[in-house]
Amino acid sequence: MNREVPGAAVPKIRVQGLRKAFGEKQVLDGVDLTVMPGTSMVVIGGSGTGKSVLLKCIIGLMQPDEGVIELDGQDVLRLDRTARERARDRIGMLFQNGALFDSLPVWENVAFGLLARRQVTRRQAREVAAEVLAQVGLAASVGDLSPSELSGGMQKRVGLARAIAARPDILFFDEPTTGLDPIMGAVIDGLIVDCVKRLGSTAIAITHDMASARRIGDRIAMLHHGRIVWSGPPSELMESGNPVVDQFTHGRREGPIQMELRR
Amino acid sequence: MLNATLDAIALVGRATISGTRMTGALTLFGLNGLSHLFRPPFYWRAFLRAFVEFAYFSLPVVALTAIFSGMVIALQSYTGFSRFNAGSAIAGIVVLSVVRELGPVLAGLMVAGRVGAAMAAELGTMRVTDQIDALSTLATNPMKYLVTPRLLAGAIALPLLVVVADILGVMGGFIVATVKLGFHGIPYLMNTFDFMKTMDVVSGLAKAAVFGFLIALMGCYHGYNSRGGAEGVGGATTAAVVMASILILAFDYGLTELFFAR
Repeated sequence: MNREVPGAAVPKIRVQGLRKAFGEKQVLDGVDLTVMPGTSMVVIGGSGTGKSVLLKCIIGLMQPDEGVIELDGQDVLRLDRTARERARDRIGMLFQNGALFDSLPVWENVAFGLLARRQVTRRQAREVAAEVLAQVGLAASVGDLSPSELSGGMQKRVGLARAIAARPDILFFDEPTTGLDPIMGAVIDGLIVDCVKRLGSTAIAITHDMASARRIGDRIAMLHHGRIVWSGPPSELMESGNPVVDQFTHGRREGPIQMELRR
Repeated sequence: MLNATLDAIALVGRATISGTRMTGALTLFGLNGLSHLFRPPFYWRAFLRAFVEFAYFSLPVVALTAIFSGMVIALQSYTGFSRFNAGSAIAGIVVLSVVRELGPVLAGLMVAGRVGAAMAAELGTMRVTDQIDALSTLATNPMKYLVTPRLLAGAIALPLLVVVADILGVMGGFIVATVKLGFHGIPYLMNTFDFMKTMDVVSGLAKAAVFGFLIALMGCYHGYNSRGGAEGVGGATTAAVVMASILILAFDYGLTELFFAR
């Protein structure tokens, strides 16, 4: 499912030399990542390797210590606050636990971004919410429920619906299948691939679910010790030749990751 | 001896730095929240929700507190004042105590326990479940959506609650004075109105506006900045109530000095 645009010179997302530390702990230590327009990049890595921090830095929820983050060739870290907020308008994100607003019904969660941007009336927002819910396989009647009345899988679908409702051209997925059974995980992955394809968006997903990574990604990158240690197409993931990737993808106890943990 | 002295100085220094840092952070947070009042859009629905939570749902607890406080003041002041044949002064004592002090302070403390805690818990839960980050990705400034409407709701709702508390507090005193202590109703009420000056009511309402703002500020600040899951949310809730209560009492003294010191 490689949808890379031929001849496209400017990457949609380019991260260079990104560093972020929390106290003594250097979480990101010079991350370089390039995502071309219309493609999906999946960042894999163990728990606590800084995948979520990387995503938050790119979105602008966290300020990196050093480095460059470009969206369409524009360095977002050098923009003023208003321009950064405007740049964020082009972004949709599915959070790990859905992050649905408890105090609002499902339809208002889905249409929240549209209402916030004053793009639609409340009546129109309801209609758009019903359409988007249908795209993720949920009935319009779900819109009247509260998020707490939904199962984990349904919450992920609503989170996905909310992320795509404003038709963003960049999508981020934070552990999209975590906490779901394998079948529901595959369903969510399928929905993600469909949505990204339909919108023509560029996507970055982070996960430690290998099956999910192979389903979603046009390219996969492995984050380890704050750096990207390998990147390539999903077909090469299982035979990467990189001992860190090899141990991680095969889930072996012995290997460089374990040795470093012991040290 | 020298080490103990140095340790004590270090302790005072650390406390001073921590207190200064907290004051600065709170001031910046409050000013940031207030600045969004003058920068559209304003989220009226969020404001109305916060206002109803502040004013309507706090009404029973504030009403009960006020009425019983008025009753107790009437009873206590009569017990003391009757020894000097000054029992007739209780109408003035009740109305001044309630309108100037007990109305705003007790309503503030009650609302801090009820609404301040709920606010900190709600925002804290939103923080640890990424809902606040989600707002940022949905073209919404979290301060503008979550904090500003609550600050305004607090500053408007508490004075309204205090009006109710004042009326019920005076009524409580009136009931005890007429039913139990044998005062006549009309003279008691005339005494009440004679003693009460406009400044008494205005100062009480101004205090209430400040207390309402402080309650919302503490609830929002501690909830918004909570960390570390359920334990962090619990800590934020406790801190919001404790700090709001202390600030209410401290500001009460400061505002009383401002309004009535000669």
